[in-house]
Amino acid sequence: MATTESGPRFARLHGRFERRAIRFAMAILVVLSVGGLVEIAPLFAIENTVEKVEGMRPYTPLELAGRGVYIREGCYVCHSQQIRPFRDEVERYGPYSLAAESMYDHPFQWGSKRTGPDLARIGGRYSDDWHVRHLIEPRDVVPASIMPSYAFLLDRPLPADRIERLLRRHRTVGVPYSEEQLANARADLLAQADPEADASGLAERYPKSQQRNFDGRPGLTEMDALVAYLQMLGTLVEFDWRRPNPEWVR
Amino acid sequence: MSATVAAAEPPVETEVPPDYDDHVVRLFILASVFWALVGMGMGVFIAAQMVWPGLNFEPWGSFGRLRPVHTSGVVFAFGGNAVIGTSLYCVQRTCRARLPGRFAAEFVFWGYQLFIVLAALGYVMGVTQSREYAEPEWLTDLWLAVVWLTYLGLFVGTLLKRREAHIYVANWYYLAFIVAVTVLHVVNNLAVPLAWNESNSVSLFAGVQDAMTQWWYGHNAVGFFLTAGFLGVMYYYLPKQADAPIWSYRLSIISFWSLVFMYMWAGPHHLHYTSLPDWVQTLGMTFTIMLWMPSWASALNGFMTASGRWDRLRTDPVLRFMILAVVFYAVATFEGPFMGVRTVNGLSHYTEWTISHVHSGALGWNGFIVFGAIYYLVPRIWGRPGMYSRAALEWHFWLGLAGIMLYVTAMWGAGVMQGLMWRAYTSLGFLQYSFLDSVIAAKPYYAMRLLGGVLYLAGAVVMAWNVWRTVQEPRAATAPAAVPAE
Repeated sequence: MATTESGPRFARLHGRFERRAIRFAMAILVVLSVGGLVEIAPLFAIENTVEKVEGMRPYTPLELAGRGVYIREGCYVCHSQQIRPFRDEVERYGPYSLAAESMYDHPFQWGSKRTGPDLARIGGRYSDDWHVRHLIEPRDVVPASIMPSYAFLLDRPLPADRIERLLRRHRTVGVPYSEEQLANARADLLAQADPEADASGLAERYPKSQQRNFDGRPGLTEMDALVAYLQMLGTLVEFDWRRPNPEWVR
Repeated sequence: MSATVAAAEPPVETEVPPDYDDHVVRLFILASVFWALVGMGMGVFIAAQMVWPGLNFEPWGSFGRLRPVHTSGVVFAFGGNAVIGTSLYCVQRTCRARLPGRFAAEFVFWGYQLFIVLAALGYVMGVTQSREYAEPEWLTDLWLAVVWLTYLGLFVGTLLKRREAHIYVANWYYLAFIVAVTVLHVVNNLAVPLAWNESNSVSLFAGVQDAMTQWWYGHNAVGFFLTAGFLGVMYYYLPKQADAPIWSYRLSIISFWSLVFMYMWAGPHHLHYTSLPDWVQTLGMTFTIMLWMPSWASALNGFMTASGRWDRLRTDPVLRFMILAVVFYAVATFEGPFMGVRTVNGLSHYTEWTISHVHSGALGWNGFIVFGAIYYLVPRIWGRPGMYSRAALEWHFWLGLAGIMLYVTAMWGAGVMQGLMWRAYTSLGFLQYSFLDSVIAAKPYYAMRLLGGVLYLAGAVVMAWNVWRTVQEPRAATAPAAVPAE
C-alpha cells in the first residue's frame, strides 16, 4: 500500500495514541462519555422533563408489594406500561402516558414488547374476580391466550414485617413517603386487603386507594398484592374524556 | 512496509514465540461452547412456551423468569466467554507478550463463570432488577465489577508489556469494549440495597430518567458488547483466516472513533413516542442514522480484506462463517438506523420486528463470527492439525444459515403484521382488530420461529461435538503448539 501525502502525518497523529496504552484507554473513556452526559444529565436538571399533574401519590404498601411481584415474575417482558400518543393506542388503552405517572417507579416498568397488551391503564377495566381467574389459568377466561399461569400466588402468604423497610428504601431514593406513612406501613398493608378493617387512615394517607379482599379468599397473599397493583394502574390521574385533548386529536 | 499500514497488519509471528498463556484461552473457548448450548437451548425452550403455553412450569419455569436466562446466556455467557477468550489469545500475539500473572487470568475465568451462575440462579428464583440485559441484583453486579476490572488490568497489562511499537487495531476494539462496559455497568446498576443481607435493591433513578439510563445502557450493551467486542474478533481472526492484512488502516481509525463517539447517543431510539422529552428522542434518532457510517465502514473493511480470496468461500467453511457474519453485520446495521427513525419505530416498536432485528444481528453476526473464531482457534490452541470433521463444519454452516433465515423472516412477518393490525381501522372508523386477534394471528409465525431456533441449535450441537472430538484427538507429533503455521 502506497503512502499518500497526508498519510504519514495522519499516522503520526494517531500514533501518539496507538503507541500508548493508557493514553488510548483514557481517550476512549473521554470520547464515549460525551453522549451520555449530554442526553442524561439534563433530564435531572430541566424542570419540565416531568410536568406536574394532579393526583400522583406514592404507592400504598400493598400496591408496592404487588409491584414487587410484577417485577419478580418478569411481567414487563411481555407487557408495556407506556401508551404512545397515537389514535389507535389512545382508543385501545386510554390517554397517552405522562412522565409524571411513572415518577415514583424505581425502576420504571415501561417495557419494550407487547406480546400481551399494554397495562398502563388496566386498573378498573376488569373485576378482581376476572383478574384472579385469569392469573390462575389465563385460558379459562381467554381461550387463545399464551400467557403463563400464576396460580401459586394464591398459596404465597405476603410477609408484612418487611414492608416498612421497602418503603423506607424508596424514601432513600427520593419517593416522598412521610413519617406517618412509614410508621403505619404494616397496618396499612393489612388494612387494604381486609374489608373489615378501619381504613380511614389509609384513605387519608393514600387518596383513591381501594380497600377490599382482592383475591376473595381468607388470608393476605401475593395474589392480593398483585391484583391490588393491577387495579390501581392508571387510576390516579384524572383525564376528562369528554373534552377532546388538542394534543391527541391533532 | 510503510508506517501507515504498520498497525493494520497482524505482526508476523514467525519468531521464537514467547511462552503464551493459552491455558486460559482453552478454558474460555470450552466455556463459550458449553454456554452456547445452554443459552440457545433456553431460547428454543421459551420459543416453545410461546407455542405451547402449558410448558410454563410455575413458579421457576415461567417465561418471565426464563427469558433473562436465555438473553444473558447467549450474550454474556456464550458471547462474553468467546470475546474474552479470543481477546486474550489476540492480545498476547499482537503484543508478543505473555499475560501478566497466571492467577489473574484464572481468576477472571472462574470469577466470570461464577457471575453467570449467580445471575441465572437469581433469575429462576425471581431475583431481578427488571432492567433488560442488566437483570442481576446488586451483589452479583458488585462481583462482576471486581472480575471486570481484573480483566481490564490483565488486558492493559499485556498492552504495556508489548514488544511491538503499535497497538494492533483489534485491540482498540477489545479495549473500547472493556472500558465502555465498565462505565455502562456501573452507572446503570446504581441502586440502594434493601439491606446488606437482602438480595433485592431499589433503583436510584425513577421514571423518565431511569428509562433513559437503562436504554443508554441497553443500546450500548449492543454497541460495545455485541459490536465493539465482536469487531475485535473480526479485526484479528478474519485477516488471519483470509491470510491478508486489513484493507484500510485509515478507514479503521475513522470507523473506530466515530463508533466509540456515536453509539452512546443512540439509546433514545428505544423510547420513541414515550414520555421521554422530544429533544432527547430527536437527538437519539439523528445519531442512530449517523451510526450507519461507522458500521458500514467496518463491514467494508471486512469485505475488502477478504477481497481477492472469494474462491475460498467454496472450499474454506471457516472463512465462509466469517464473511457471512460480516454480511449479517451490514444487514443488521442497515435495518437498525431504519428502525430508529421515529415514524418507522411507530410501527415496529413493541412488535416481533424488534426480535427479528436483534436475532439477525445475534445469530448472523455475533454467532457466526464467534463460530469462525472458534474453528480457527481450537486446532491451534490444542495443537491439532485441523478440526476433527470437515463435514461437520459444512453441516453447522448450513443448519445455522437455514435457522437464521426461518427465524428472521418469521419474526419480521409477525412484527409487521402486528404493527399493521394494531393500527387498522374499519371504514366506519372503529378499530378493526382486538389485541387478541393479533396474538392469534402470530401463532403460526411463533411455530416457524421455533423451527428456525431448533435448526440453529442443532448447528451448535454439531459444533460442540466437533470441538469435543478435536480436543480428544491424540496430539499430532509435528503440529506446532499454539502457533499458526501459515
